[in-house]
Amino acid sequence: MANDNAQSVTTSATVWNGLFKENPTFGLMLGMCPTLAVTTTMEAALTMGISVIFVLIGSNIMISVMRRQLKPHLRILMFTLTIAVFVTIADQFLKAYQPVMSEYLGAYIPLIIVNCIIICRSEACASKQGVWISTVDGLAMGVGFTVSLSLLASIREILASGKWLGMTVLPLAENGGWFVPWAGMGMPVGAFVTLGLLLGLAVHLTKKAKG
Amino acid sequence: MDTIQMLVLGFLSIVIINNFVFTKFLGTCPYIGVSGRLDMAFGMGLAVTFVTTLSGAMTFLLDEYVLMPLHLEVTRYVCYILVIAGAVQLVEMYLRKYFPPLYDSFGIFLPLITTNCVILGICLFLDQWQTNNFLEAVNLSFGAGIGFTLAICIMAGIRENLVFADVPPCLQGAPITLITAGLLTLAFMGFAGMIK
Repeated sequence: MANDNAQSVTTSATVWNGLFKENPTFGLMLGMCPTLAVTTTMEAALTMGISVIFVLIGSNIMISVMRRQLKPHLRILMFTLTIAVFVTIADQFLKAYQPVMSEYLGAYIPLIIVNCIIICRSEACASKQGVWISTVDGLAMGVGFTVSLSLLASIREILASGKWLGMTVLPLAENGGWFVPWAGMGMPVGAFVTLGLLLGLAVHLTKKAKG
Repeated sequence: MDTIQMLVLGFLSIVIINNFVFTKFLGTCPYIGVSGRLDMAFGMGLAVTFVTTLSGAMTFLLDEYVLMPLHLEVTRYVCYILVIAGAVQLVEMYLRKYFPPLYDSFGIFLPLITTNCVILGICLFLDQWQTNNFLEAVNLSFGAGIGFTLAICIMAGIRENLVFADVPPCLQGAPITLITAGLLTLAFMGFAGMIK
């Protein structure tokens, strides 16, 4: 992150950074709480991902616009307040149009405020770069986050219930199929262990690619 | 008598059974990032406990006596964040004045407590559980902080010993910590159902 601002940042590099090189979950290891908590079903993960994309883009634009006025010691407070405003908008929107999902996600939507990715991007990117790069960075980071969430949620949902977004993938034993659901995948243990193994895989593949 | 029983049960339930780290995944970032040394973990846990108790009590009062009567629930999150940031600032100033060595050893982690999910989490869950008793709110906030301290200390203890283990290269660092954390949650699930 430190060398981001050393050279001029191009749009394509920003996109590449957000999606792969500094993928929020697998590269930076940020925003773990929602990653672990909302990945029981694919639908919850997607709702969470889209809310995070919205908040990231919104707060990145706002902070980029006011970056010259920011005083260093009040910086973090201004970041969190800006983010809190956008999260309130997202929360009210979900309550109005997606009441079931809003109920299911409960406190995890307001907890986006303290999601480290958003503060990290405000600090590392939006407070230093122009509006366009900040917008692209917000979008790329958000999509990267959503993709990682969906990956984890797919694994957990399929193994816990044999379904994916309501479609049956693995026929359950009780309905005449062969698959016995793994109860552990729906519990906290499934979240931690699956993410641990996925991270291990990511590290392994990165090492292999580097030769 | 009823009050005492309720307080004790509430405290035990939030420390052991509904531990924020193990069942609600709150505070996972410092849990994975900081918990490398036992003494650091303990200090961090105590600082978080203090801030949680303070901000839990303050947001409860704010909610009950300012936001609800004035119907300003929409501004709830912004107000909560302001209260938490204020509480963290207080702890920072206090530590800098009276415990400079501890203050220096925390470094950047101290202001980052503001973004610790446990703190905002307890403020939000107090509202969601519809706690309407000040004593209970303080008790639960304190319990959440103690639960976090417990979790982060157990993890730090394990990680100090993990140094001697022969972990496959690709799993070293964060991945093995996550897997260990998963097994710990499994152990803590044994307590489930102890208190309704």
